[in-house]
Amino acid sequence: MLIFEHSRPGRFNYSQSPTKPASKSAIPQNLQRKSKVLLPEVSEMDTVRHFTRLSQKNFSIDTEFYPLGSCTMKYNPRACNSLAMLPQFLSRHPLAPEDTGQGYLACMYELQEILKSVTGMAGVSLTPMAGAQGELIGVMMIRAYHESRGDFERTEIIVPDAAHGTNPATAVMCGFKVVEIATDKDGNVDLDALKAAVGPKTAGLMLTNPSTLGVFEKNVAEMSRVVHQAGGLLYYDGANLNAVLGKVKPGDMGFDVIHINLHKTFSTPHGGGGPGSAPVGVAERLLPFIPIPIVAKEGETYRWVTEKDKPQSIGRLSAHMGNAGVLLRAYIYVRLLGLDGMHRISEFATLNANYLMAELRKAGFEIAYPNRRASHEFIVTLKDIKDKTGVTAMNLAKRLLDKGYHAPTTYFPLLVPECLLIEPAETESKETLDAFVTSMKEILQEIEEQPDMVKGAPHTMPVRKLDDVKAAREPDLAWKQGA
Amino acid sequence: MPFIPHTKEDIAEMLASIGAKTIEELFDEIPKELISGELTGVPPGLSEMEITRLMMARATQDGFYQNFIGAGAYEHHIPAAVWQITTRGEFYSSYTPYQAEASQGTLQLLYEYQSMMASLTGMDVSNASMYDGATALAEAALMAVRSHKTSRRILIPQTVHPVYRQVVRAIVSNQKIEVVELPYCTECGQILPESLVNSNHEDFAALVIPQPNFFGVLEQVDALTDWAHSKNAFAIGVVNPTTLAVLTPPGEWGSKGADIAVGEGQPLGIPLSSGGPYFGFMACKNELVRQMPGRIIGRTTDLDGKEGFVLTLQAREQHIRRSKATSNICTNQGLMVTAATIFMSLVGPEGLRRVAAQSHANTLELVEQLVKFKGVERTFSGPVFHETALTLSKPVADVLNKLKQKGILGGYNLQGQYPELGNTLLVCATETKTESDLRNYATAMQQALG
Repeated sequence: MLIFEHSRPGRFNYSQSPTKPASKSAIPQNLQRKSKVLLPEVSEMDTVRHFTRLSQKNFSIDTEFYPLGSCTMKYNPRACNSLAMLPQFLSRHPLAPEDTGQGYLACMYELQEILKSVTGMAGVSLTPMAGAQGELIGVMMIRAYHESRGDFERTEIIVPDAAHGTNPATAVMCGFKVVEIATDKDGNVDLDALKAAVGPKTAGLMLTNPSTLGVFEKNVAEMSRVVHQAGGLLYYDGANLNAVLGKVKPGDMGFDVIHINLHKTFSTPHGGGGPGSAPVGVAERLLPFIPIPIVAKEGETYRWVTEKDKPQSIGRLSAHMGNAGVLLRAYIYVRLLGLDGMHRISEFATLNANYLMAELRKAGFEIAYPNRRASHEFIVTLKDIKDKTGVTAMNLAKRLLDKGYHAPTTYFPLLVPECLLIEPAETESKETLDAFVTSMKEILQEIEEQPDMVKGAPHTMPVRKLDDVKAAREPDLAWKQGA
Repeated sequence: MPFIPHTKEDIAEMLASIGAKTIEELFDEIPKELISGELTGVPPGLSEMEITRLMMARATQDGFYQNFIGAGAYEHHIPAAVWQITTRGEFYSSYTPYQAEASQGTLQLLYEYQSMMASLTGMDVSNASMYDGATALAEAALMAVRSHKTSRRILIPQTVHPVYRQVVRAIVSNQKIEVVELPYCTECGQILPESLVNSNHEDFAALVIPQPNFFGVLEQVDALTDWAHSKNAFAIGVVNPTTLAVLTPPGEWGSKGADIAVGEGQPLGIPLSSGGPYFGFMACKNELVRQMPGRIIGRTTDLDGKEGFVLTLQAREQHIRRSKATSNICTNQGLMVTAATIFMSLVGPEGLRRVAAQSHANTLELVEQLVKFKGVERTFSGPVFHETALTLSKPVADVLNKLKQKGILGGYNLQGQYPELGNTLLVCATETKTESDLRNYATAMQQALG
């Protein structure tokens, strides 16, 4: 039932808005609204019930194992939320003077410094509000760098075919042409293809490492040499930083600009699709172009770095300072982890992934890159199963929902047929992983004995398989009264 | 180890299953020379008790102020239920609802959000939100250029939030789109439709129309919308959602209505929190929906004919279309929209109208008190909503400093962005201010000017 269907004309929550009628008004008649606003008229209790019940129709990290590849669904510590929501932090206006926000600015400054240290970059800006915006900002800096050198011929960005869809979309949004390069049979970027692709038109290469195939790009140093020799810059998509945090720094791998998904590696909540937060880090030569605002420390005082300090900056990409509250949560998380905790993230994320890969292989699943170590994630392919039984990766994913597990990422990366990209974050226990393997074995057996039942999954969710085609052909995108 | 549950026995058994001796061995595909040594610059870990103490100290250091700053972020009462429900783990720690059957909670909520925003803006459809108001405007500009097909020019009045203009420029310039700024009338604080009629602007894809504008002044939206349409261009409204409970919504501007409406969603239940996370909203006419960026939720049916909700029209998006997508955006501000939807449900149409009306009344009242003083004048003659510009006889920075010493953040200094206005302050009093708050402010201002 929609919230609108609970609505009754004239029902009103008296405590939630001003009680006395406003004493004056000076809004010209011709600017006053005449149509009704279709917000629901529901009691506070019915509102609380409605949304509490809706929440119960969601899978979440707090309720289910969520082995969603490339998304790093780790536990979101509750302290990060409650301390970021201290009333003084919540009530601070973004344009309040710097001297009324020294406590907040100190957190932001320290977060910048810690992120610099763990990534090996020379500067960090916290403003990007999501991974894709971090990418956009990163590629904008690449363009600004070339143009500042009077080089306007670099019109191409190279992207491996296994990359996230945001990479090519970002390059285009920045006005670049995308050159896709292939992956070899072991999951590495094809070096010969890269060498053939680079040239005077190359602005840069966007790379995720470990890649979305769940393996470390062994040739990263050579790739860096090839791209730099051609005059291009290297962009690091930090989507998979959780796999190497504390082990390898993107700066040491030769990257010139990076983004870090705080909602993955630094455990800020995914929130049902956002807000994200994706600080960018840059090497020395890109420092002049870094987006503002950033926080500077002078003596014991913190202040905003603005256009005046950074005349070559690519500018502002959010109305204020990005997703400030998300940044606070990440800050609290890194302080809770500390130095030791920071090293252990990648160790245990990698241990969990390799263990799960080993156990699933023993259970009879085909691993896409069997001769490689898993990074913090790995790929299972159901190509043979589909050929034999018609059961697809999507069918298996939906059947997992019935067993109380969120599905792994399906059909991404696009180059492995019938794939499941599985990422068990470091916060999951061995028992959880073992129970997941047991369920996967059960499904294998079900595929053999009752494939049609598996094809019809899910069976125990609030709804069965939904009609996507109808949704797109006859779009019903908003409730209308009387409709 | 923080947030890692493994016992020694677990580690041993897991390594045995993998066939590795140590965890180190699992990193043996990484070239040795790339392995970094000990990290520097990361302090030792804190316990939850220790970090609580640190954060409490920093929060206390920042303290509380009586806030009269608006300028794009507005303080409103947020009912307790809003964030208690929003931070339930099932909303807080869920992912993007790609697995529809396991995400009906988030999907239905987003559909309800889209319905509310479509009605509030008077448009046909809304997406599931953008990063913030500034980027929503930039995306609207890109959308208008994609849809217009012949022109790559956007007209933006200088009465649009200055940072929004900066963000739009930064984003659209990548695609060789020209941004032309339109001057405003320094007496009324508005864009004069007559000045446009007499201008030589012919070839442009869209006109941006703020309501209320950055000065808090109400623009003549009907005439502006009709003028844009007469030039075969789109009209993009940038609106404050609170005010739409009282003001004509963009979908009803002029004879045909604006084509796209965007804005900052923060006033709908999102705390100020130093500028984020907020959310941008975007709504449009049906004809433009396939050019809209971002996530969109649709209502459909399942195998049994039961109602359900899915992400739809995904052929626009980057994870399907890659380089041919309408935008590179992947996220919506899901959790913020969750809060906004609960907020709008709790206050309802009457509550939102009261919030808007009281904020308007408080600002009028404050201004009436202030302009009685020598040295305070209304900067503009145009009608205002819940924010207004005042010209002071003394430097604004000095006045604001004096107010700050009394615990009052007195407003936003317009001089930095609009030097032509001289000593001008932008002040906002929402429904959160009581009569005595307004009197205190007035008294403090009188003393500061004294």
